[in-house]
Amino acid sequence: MSENQIVNKDDLVIRFAGDSGDGMQLSGTLFSDASALTGNDIATFPDYPAEIRAPHNTVAGVSGYQVHVGSHIYSSGDKCDILVAMNPASFKSQLKWAKKGATVIVDMDTFTDEAIEKAGYKENPFNDELERAYTIVRAPITSFTAKIGEAQGADKKTTEKCRNMFALGMIFFLTHKTLEKTFAYLERKFAKKPDVVKLNKAVLTEGYEYADKLELIHSKIVEVAHAEMPSGRYRNITGNVATAWGLLAASERSGRRLFLGSYPITPATDVMVELAKHKSLGARVFQAEDEIAGICSAIGASFAGALACTSTSGPGLSLKSEALGLAVMVELPLVVVDVQRGGPSTGLPTKTEQSDLAQALYGRNGEAPLIVVAASSSANCFYWAYTAAKLALEHMTPVILLTDGYLGNGSQLFRIPKVADLPAITPRLAKPNDPNYRPFRRDPETYAREWALPGMEGLRHRVGGLEKCPDGPLSTDPENHALMTKNRQEKVDRVANYIPDQEVTGNPDADLLVVGWGGTSGALTLAVEEMNNEGKKVAYTHFNYICPLPKNTGDILRKYKKIVVCELNNGQFAGYLRTKFPECPMHQYNKIMGLPFEVGELKECFNKLLSE
Amino acid sequence: MSERHFVPKTDVEYTKADFTSDQMVKWCPGCGDHAILSSLLNTFPKTHTKKENVVMVSGIGCSSRIPYYVDTYGFHSIHGRACAIATGVKLANPALSVWVNMGDGDSMAIGGNHLIHAIRRNQDLNITIFNNEIYGLTKGQYSPTTKFGQVTKTSPYGTIDYPFNPGELVMGAQGTFFARTLDCVPALTTDVMTRAAQHDGASVVEVLQNCMIFNDKTHAAITDRAVRDDRTIVLEHGKPMIYGKEKNKGLRFNGRQLESVTIGENGITIDDIMIHDETIEDTGIHMMLAHMGGDLPVALGVIRNVKKTSYTQLYEDQMDEQMANGKYKCVDDLLNSGDTWEV
Repeated sequence: MSENQIVNKDDLVIRFAGDSGDGMQLSGTLFSDASALTGNDIATFPDYPAEIRAPHNTVAGVSGYQVHVGSHIYSSGDKCDILVAMNPASFKSQLKWAKKGATVIVDMDTFTDEAIEKAGYKENPFNDELERAYTIVRAPITSFTAKIGEAQGADKKTTEKCRNMFALGMIFFLTHKTLEKTFAYLERKFAKKPDVVKLNKAVLTEGYEYADKLELIHSKIVEVAHAEMPSGRYRNITGNVATAWGLLAASERSGRRLFLGSYPITPATDVMVELAKHKSLGARVFQAEDEIAGICSAIGASFAGALACTSTSGPGLSLKSEALGLAVMVELPLVVVDVQRGGPSTGLPTKTEQSDLAQALYGRNGEAPLIVVAASSSANCFYWAYTAAKLALEHMTPVILLTDGYLGNGSQLFRIPKVADLPAITPRLAKPNDPNYRPFRRDPETYAREWALPGMEGLRHRVGGLEKCPDGPLSTDPENHALMTKNRQEKVDRVANYIPDQEVTGNPDADLLVVGWGGTSGALTLAVEEMNNEGKKVAYTHFNYICPLPKNTGDILRKYKKIVVCELNNGQFAGYLRTKFPECPMHQYNKIMGLPFEVGELKECFNKLLSE
Repeated sequence: MSERHFVPKTDVEYTKADFTSDQMVKWCPGCGDHAILSSLLNTFPKTHTKKENVVMVSGIGCSSRIPYYVDTYGFHSIHGRACAIATGVKLANPALSVWVNMGDGDSMAIGGNHLIHAIRRNQDLNITIFNNEIYGLTKGQYSPTTKFGQVTKTSPYGTIDYPFNPGELVMGAQGTFFARTLDCVPALTTDVMTRAAQHDGASVVEVLQNCMIFNDKTHAAITDRAVRDDRTIVLEHGKPMIYGKEKNKGLRFNGRQLESVTIGENGITIDDIMIHDETIEDTGIHMMLAHMGGDLPVALGVIRNVKKTSYTQLYEDQMDEQMANGKYKCVDDLLNSGDTWEV
């Protein structure tokens, strides 16, 4: 291997694609874990179909997993440098994600006439034009794997499941990495099945050695630069797991039991799946009979004193609307996690979008304000879940946390904090036997009411969806309704006094201000950084606090001649900002394809705006 | 599995007045709800539960105003969702005695899903269904229990909806406790509510209630004093199923179905009459008893009361086991678990 020419690069994007069930998600995860453990920064993005196992060898059944490794990674990357296509269907559907000149590894054994036709090709797809555009490696993955399986006496099914290891072995060679980390993983994962460990290791090694013998790619070996990250202890984490852990941390810090009432829904399910594992940390998870029962059980748990949460995705949030109004009315703390996906209706369940913003802000009957915050990376889902819980408990209000399929399923390096170092959380608990307790007596600063829990002596009271007066009883008095409505709004507005100012990055003296929110910060950050490195002046501000907005938002927006609001919907945040700051004209860059932004398209848009 | 009780008992001797709130009761004069409220207020002192530990949860409808009239913690929620909210209350704090009050539309139309699932899980809730066979608060539309063919505001030509029988829903959902009572027999209502409170798991009490404004006398065919003894039977565990003004009628199973027989006629003696066993696990007989009506008397009293570990206990057992023996003791343990590395 020492004779091979090794190219040094800052970053590299690899996309694994195959039939659902070919183990592409696992290959991708193993590669990203091994990369992280050997010092690279990483970000991953699984791109899988809504069907669990669509018909074999069809485009509908292609499952992809993109890994971006390098020294400083913001996103899972645009197009890939290396594509692995385990069958003709994945080659057909995924080639568009490969850069020109990319190395494309295909399992040549799968390119039978039948499979080629099933993928939708009229004829064998390989031709001179393709060969000129890409370095195509036709690897005999199935047959080589089968030989090893046969030699070890493994059954056909077990052997077939190892094909992904052959491809992974090739990738390890191409990225100048060793196999030890993955060996260790296999030994752990299949500790009780030594035969399976042996087989997987052999196939992995065979893939590596096969690549080593292949002169075609010897000029393609890449050594990716190590990450320069703040010191600390790190791990890889997906957004959904980070969200679950953030809630656990908030429960521990606030001293309130964690309750999650949820119903399975893609792509939010993993939040519930993760928390269900952690009864030992006091997580009380309830899989409800439907979305409505999910949030209603959480509201009941909140009434009884828990840090109550529900997790869902687009259509599930629609079902929770009425109960959210109840939570606003009874002024109880509640965290609603919405892992957004393509909508409306069932829409694109496995694809990402930011199109639930309007629903989060306005989707209730009556005047029903609540706090909306958004996470902006897989790893910071931890902090935004924590913040959502803190705001809910301290301001006695429901909070919607918006993440999305890209953040939730994608993964990133996470610098592990100490729970004790996280900001304190002080729930607004009432004092038992307080003679002055009134259900809707408010803190003069925050306007939050006090939380009197069933079981506490001397604080018996009733709450409900009907309008109440400050002392607690029902009231249909017109002035009282006006007052209570204003107070509920004021309480949410005053949250702005407790959140940090909005920051501007990039070149603050630029003419163009790029505005983003939520899960798009990776691509936006990189696009703005590259533009400024290229000598163009671009400023950038990214919103996590959506409602209320940071107090200096207007000051920032009014400073720039040109503003472009970039979001994965048809302009919901832009519309929201326009109602707040009608004096600021705003351009929009919108993408509604179920896909994250690409740096290239963003730069094209910004360049065009700069030249206008 | 050893049986656990989560709601602490108190030695305080409460009276009905201790549970009566200061709020004005705003139901129509003569509404059956007044009597049910009174029976409920008489029930609480018998349960020996600290009043701070009692939580009343209701949905929407006339009957769902009840939390305002009881001096405990209360939650008047949204239409149909009382069981779901109550489930969360109990899961968050199993030491609370949680009561759910709903009407027939609230519990079996908009809230039907939550009702059957709360029952299926055997969550420890005391559920009372006020069944007046009509939507009263919206002024007289047919409900899921309105009699077939009845003319209401939304069925001017008679309903073509076959009604639910709440007892059958309970049995179908593998319920462990079902009792039926009449608003006009408060002693029986208090008695079955007390039994419901003692039951570990989901208990359902159906109260046949009169709405004198929009469905007056809907239960009159069985509740009128003149016919009540012949049209109803109060079941008591371990006792023969005897009813009638003369106490000479009884129920027996003829091999195919239940039938009403008269003791002393056709050679029938007391030994031919079935003995009520509320504890039979199989729902067959209880389903038949709950179904009775028409030629057979409507069954009142505790029809089914079966021991089955409650969701509350199963949940707390798992929690305790994991808290004691689980892998992680604090969130820092979890954050640092698995593959981590120092930079």
